[in-house]
Amino acid sequence: MRARQAGHYGTSAALAVLFLLPMVWTLYSSVHGSRAAAGDGAGWGLANYQRLAGYGDGLGSYVLNTTVVALVTVAVTVVSTTLGGYAVARLTFRGKNLLFLATLAILMVPYTTILIPLYIVLGWLGLQNSLIGLGLVLAMFQLPFGLFMMRNSFEALPVELEEAALIDGCTPGGALRRVLLRGVAPGMVTVGLFSFLASWNEFVAPLIFLTDGSKFTLPVALFNLQSGNLGAVDFGALQAGVVTAAVPCVAVFLLLQRYYVSGFSAGALKG
Amino acid sequence: MVSVLPIRPARPGGSTTHPGRTPVSGLGRRRQRLGWAYSAPMAAIVAVFFLLPLALMLWMSVNHWPLLGASYPNGVENYGALTDPFFLRALWFTIKYTVVTTIVLSLAAFGMALLAQSARPGTGLFRTAYFLPTAVGLGSASLLFYGLFNTESSPLNTVLDRVGLGPVDWLGTNGSALSSTVGMITWRFAGFYMLILLTGLHSIDPSLYEAARTDGASRWQTMRHVTLPLLRPTLALMMVLSVTGSLLAFDQFYILTGGRHDTATLAIDIYREAFLSQDLGRAAAVSVALLVVLILINGAQLRLLRRKED
Repeated sequence: MRARQAGHYGTSAALAVLFLLPMVWTLYSSVHGSRAAAGDGAGWGLANYQRLAGYGDGLGSYVLNTTVVALVTVAVTVVSTTLGGYAVARLTFRGKNLLFLATLAILMVPYTTILIPLYIVLGWLGLQNSLIGLGLVLAMFQLPFGLFMMRNSFEALPVELEEAALIDGCTPGGALRRVLLRGVAPGMVTVGLFSFLASWNEFVAPLIFLTDGSKFTLPVALFNLQSGNLGAVDFGALQAGVVTAAVPCVAVFLLLQRYYVSGFSAGALKG
Repeated sequence: MVSVLPIRPARPGGSTTHPGRTPVSGLGRRRQRLGWAYSAPMAAIVAVFFLLPLALMLWMSVNHWPLLGASYPNGVENYGALTDPFFLRALWFTIKYTVVTTIVLSLAAFGMALLAQSARPGTGLFRTAYFLPTAVGLGSASLLFYGLFNTESSPLNTVLDRVGLGPVDWLGTNGSALSSTVGMITWRFAGFYMLILLTGLHSIDPSLYEAARTDGASRWQTMRHVTLPLLRPTLALMMVLSVTGSLLAFDQFYILTGGRHDTATLAIDIYREAFLSQDLGRAAAVSVALLVVLILINGAQLRLLRRKED
């Protein structure tokens, strides 16, 4: 039994190291090596980050662009699925089932296949090469999960809670705002977390929709850094870039881990 | 009790109004309007950014539609893209990649789920370590492994050199690029699928394991007759996700190999038709074909799953 226990721990720990190693190595080589140190010779330093900061239109503008896209995606997804989830869970109106099915159908349609016509539609709307347009498209892809999650959240609240608020003189809108939102807040955090991770990390949609270099998001800018000048990839700056792109996600992820896991059991598997 | 607006958690498929019995009251109409108002933002996004492009995709696939310039209907000419040698090579490679990835990922995730299932202290930390790569975007993960796989800077080669196995060209041939990419994808997704499987494992009634133990079942017998049958819906979900994700693979190959060494996938073929050949009509035709195939595969998998459940 002892031996089995030790074997179990040994295997688990070895696997954990294996999974963490690529990230640790990237972090390490972004601050250590011949090009990381400011002067000659190998050593510690932030030179990789300094070169990255000055790359292209500047790291700052790429981070800002990515933040704008992520904010638009998260705000649009959370607001529209909270309102929509409430309507689907608690209200009766014509076209409700149609809306529910149309939204879930987004899951059935493969992501990449719809990007080409979306490129044209964004052109019609004057939203080509626009961070807002990109954010709206990414929000659309988050709707099925968000609607599922929020509908389940509202259905889990006791009806009496809302009835009491209505008896006390709240309008339905007031009851939603003052009473129900508190109850579904965990669901909203989960939806926001999933949309943040998806939009911050998205690669192919910005690659297609953004044509102006000054509007690039971080993943696309880093891809250009990797593929731009043939034969002379600045690996130090690239690794610094990967760390920069990953840090916010890993931080948010670790902070909100339980919401991520609850999203799995509530949204991904039920229904 | 004061009668208030009829609030009931409504289920999709079941209507809570009975037009024959209750006349549409002022309140009913108000609820109706409220429902539309609250679902309007979502409905607008679904209509403009999903239904409209979906219809447009079908229309584009039967039109000559250059990236720049006017378009005109051209029948099924675009579907000629489905006999293009580039497409056929991409199709074959994508199928190969999908099969290999799904097998490797499923086995890895299943093993990790069994390891991480126990309630021993410290398991939570291991679990976090396994699914931390999930937080790193697929694009960033590909760039990260590009550094690992690059022949000059690769720390993997430094290690291999030391034990005398020589430097390996991780991305230089079709075979090595495929296995390197599958390795990267396993690193990125195994924790994610492990989490799905853990949810399934936790939903198995513990008393069944006790019953199996009382009956003197071996570990293997318990696995075969209790765990695997009850885990089937979860395993099916994992398969659907892995097959769909792999058939649509883009980021990893676009970044790691740029589609060289015959590692172009179907999604790369769509991108190539659209933005390199600048022919959106042909890209839409390939998209429609891929959409139909995916709906068929998903439908078949879900039907299989349902039949097993009955």
